Amino acid sequence: MSMQHALFDTVGPRARRRVAVVTVISLVAIAGLLGLAYYQFYASGQLAPSKWRELLQPATMRYLARALGNTGLAALGAAAIGLPLGLLLAVGRLSHRAWFRWPATAVIEAFRAVPVLLIIYIFMFALPQYGINPDVYWKLVIPIGLCAAATLAEVFRAGVLALPRGQGEAAAAVGMTGPQAFRLVIFPQALRVVIPALVAQAVIVVKDTAFGYVVSYSELMQSGRVLVANTGDLIQTYLVITVIYVIVNIIISRLAQRLDSVLARKRAGGGRRFTALIPGRSAIQ
Amino acid sequence: MQIILTEYLGTLLRGLGTTAVLTVVAFVASVAGGLLMATFRISPIPPLRVAGAVYVEIFRNVPLVSLLIVVVYGLPEINLNPGFVPGVIIAMTLVGTAFACETFRTGINAIGAGQIEAARSIGLTFGGIVRELILPQATRTVIGPTVTLFIGIMLSSSLATVVGVRDLTGTVSYINNREALGITTFLVAAVLYAAISLGAAAFGARMETRLRVLR
Repeated sequence: MSMQHALFDTVGPRARRRVAVVTVISLVAIAGLLGLAYYQFYASGQLAPSKWRELLQPATMRYLARALGNTGLAALGAAAIGLPLGLLLAVGRLSHRAWFRWPATAVIEAFRAVPVLLIIYIFMFALPQYGINPDVYWKLVIPIGLCAAATLAEVFRAGVLALPRGQGEAAAAVGMTGPQAFRLVIFPQALRVVIPALVAQAVIVVKDTAFGYVVSYSELMQSGRVLVANTGDLIQTYLVITVIYVIVNIIISRLAQRLDSVLARKRAGGGRRFTALIPGRSAIQ
Repeated sequence: MQIILTEYLGTLLRGLGTTAVLTVVAFVASVAGGLLMATFRISPIPPLRVAGAVYVEIFRNVPLVSLLIVVVYGLPEINLNPGFVPGVIIAMTLVGTAFACETFRTGINAIGAGQIEAARSIGLTFGGIVRELILPQATRTVIGPTVTLFIGIMLSSSLATVVGVRDLTGTVSYINNREALGITTFLVAAVLYAAISLGAAAFGARMETRLRVLR
């Protein structure tokens, strides 16, 4: 029984009338808001076909497709840094050895507690003063990867902690050492639990690549700036780009949910789902 | 280091103040908006449920940078000009509301239909159920996620720098531009951000253990 049905009884005639009235009012309100938005665009002349024509040119579309490809490259680069580093940090934070646990915990907490943009600024403006001046791609990808690693470490850790304790104890009972038990028993199971959550975290990484606008790496946002410099159609260009981001990220979220329901069915005991595991503190950016 | 704390102390505090204002206003607005959206999403009014779902789907998946550009530089083109600081707050709130909505909805859903059925069977009205059962339990379950929301909004306020508002990140970048003190300047901001984040997280953890609902 869903929450919905528990909260609201099957409605009687009076309540049905009330629901109908509020339904009509809310439809009018929503239509009013959309109409107002349309009017603002119309009255300011931003709906003129000439303002959108440039965006529909095949050359522009190819340019945006290449930009989307670069967004993908940046996201992949960040994932290639974040996944292994995140796993290492998770193993560290779960370790019984203090010399490994404390530094790992400190790194995780530090990178979850500061904005990605500040780390990008360190790579852009501070490190070059010491002669460290990598390509713009790396100035974008390394900071995103570091912050992703900290969040992914918490996802891995939550996956390990979600396993029944008996798993580790059974491994010990058949004579496995701690690292053996982790490699052969704990990790493979934890990985299956967290795969959907890892996919869901990709949304955060894709969103972070929009900082390409700051470092001038030619992904979607930066390419949008170049387009606007040529056409002057600012709101049109950035609305299209924003829609592209939303579509890409919705596809990733759906994929995560699908994986989750498939894997949850296969897991012993079924049911429990992990897509929402550890929403990153950086999710909002 | 010395120079940051003597010559630039005022500048730094102003930056921190801007970050604080952006964070607090956007957080309060996001919580209010999130409560409204969550109510839409569980209401028996179909268009409101759909509108809530569509809103959350869009604004959870949009990068704040692109929304910021649309709001601050794009809206003036359709004759709406919020200005820089309000524009940043609007963009932060639009995204924050979507995350807050999902936080609150999860909190309400965690209560379990059985309890609500029980409350109804002893004759509590809808208002009574919300007041006596849902609110007390939901507020406790959402303390942790709400603190995470606060930290997320605080970190996202750094994006104000992108449109030239001098918040904490923008301030240290400005100081570095003038003095070229290297990484030290940025570490000052990092320490301040970390102090607020970790302080909030510790506060949340304490409230959570105090008010934990045993299930």
